[in-house]
Amino acid sequence: MLSSSGVPLNWYLLLSAILFCIGIAGFLYRRNVITVFMSIELMLNAVNLSFVTFSYKFQQVDGHIFTFFVMVVAAAEAAVGLAIILTVFKNRKTLQVDDINSLKN
Amino acid sequence: MDPFLFLLLAAIAVICALNLVVQTHPISSALSLVGVMGSLAILYLLLGAEFIAAAQMIVYAGAIMVLFIFVIMLLNAQGERLTRRGAYVKIFGVPLMALFLGLVAFVIQAALPRSEMVHFGGFTHGGPADIGRSLFTQYLLPFEVVSVLILIAIVGAIVLARKEID
Repeated sequence: MLSSSGVPLNWYLLLSAILFCIGIAGFLYRRNVITVFMSIELMLNAVNLSFVTFSYKFQQVDGHIFTFFVMVVAAAEAAVGLAIILTVFKNRKTLQVDDINSLKN
Repeated sequence: MDPFLFLLLAAIAVICALNLVVQTHPISSALSLVGVMGSLAILYLLLGAEFIAAAQMIVYAGAIMVLFIFVIMLLNAQGERLTRRGAYVKIFGVPLMALFLGLVAFVIQAALPRSEMVHFGGFTHGGPADIGRSLFTQYLLPFEVVSVLILIAIVGAIVLARKEID
C-alpha cells in the first residue's frame, strides 16, 4: 500500500515552507555578508520548490518557466552581489555586516 | 518507494539547511547549500521536472556555488564573530519562527484540504521540448528581457570588480 500510495502534495509545500523559514533565520541571525547572501539563495530555492509543486498540481508547465526565470535572476544577482562584496572588502577589509554601516545615521 | 525517497531527501535538505545556518565558517555553509540544492534537484525529478532538475544542478549547484566558493577562497573569509543581541531576540526568536511556520502550515492545509498524491511519472510535460516550446512562444518576451538583464549583470559585475584606472 505504502509503495503505491505516493506522497501528499502538501508535504512538498511544507518542506518548501520549512526551508524558507530556515533561510529567513539565517538571513537574520548570521553576521557574515556571504552567508547572508547564501541564505537568500536558500529562500529562492524554497520558492522554486513551491513553483514546481504547483506546476505538478495544475499539470501545466508554467511553474517550470517561472523557476527557470528565478534561476536566471539568481545567477545575475549572485554575479552582481559578489562583485559588490569584493568591492566592499577591498575598501573596508571586513565581511561583518555590522561593520558596514556607512549609510547608518 | 516514493514516500521513503521523499522523506530521505527532505531530511537531507532540512539538515543541510540547518547546517548552513549553524556553521560559522562560510565554506561549510556553502557546501551545506550544495547539499540542499542536490536533494532539491532529485525532488524536482520526483515531481516530473526533468529540465529544471538538470538546470538546478548545472546553474545552481555548479555555476553559482562555484562563484560563491571562489569568492570565499579569494577573500580568505574566516569564521565570523557573533555580536551580542538583546534578550528579547533570544527569548522570542525561535517561538515566533515556529508560530510563523505553523501559520503557513495551517494555511496550506486550509487551502488544499484534499491533497492529491504525487506519483513519480504523474507529470510528463517537464522535458526540454515542452519547456522550450513554452519558453519560445508564450514566454518569448520575458525570455528576451531576461537576456538583457543577464547582459546588464555581466557589465555591472565587471564595472564593480575592476581596478580603478586613473
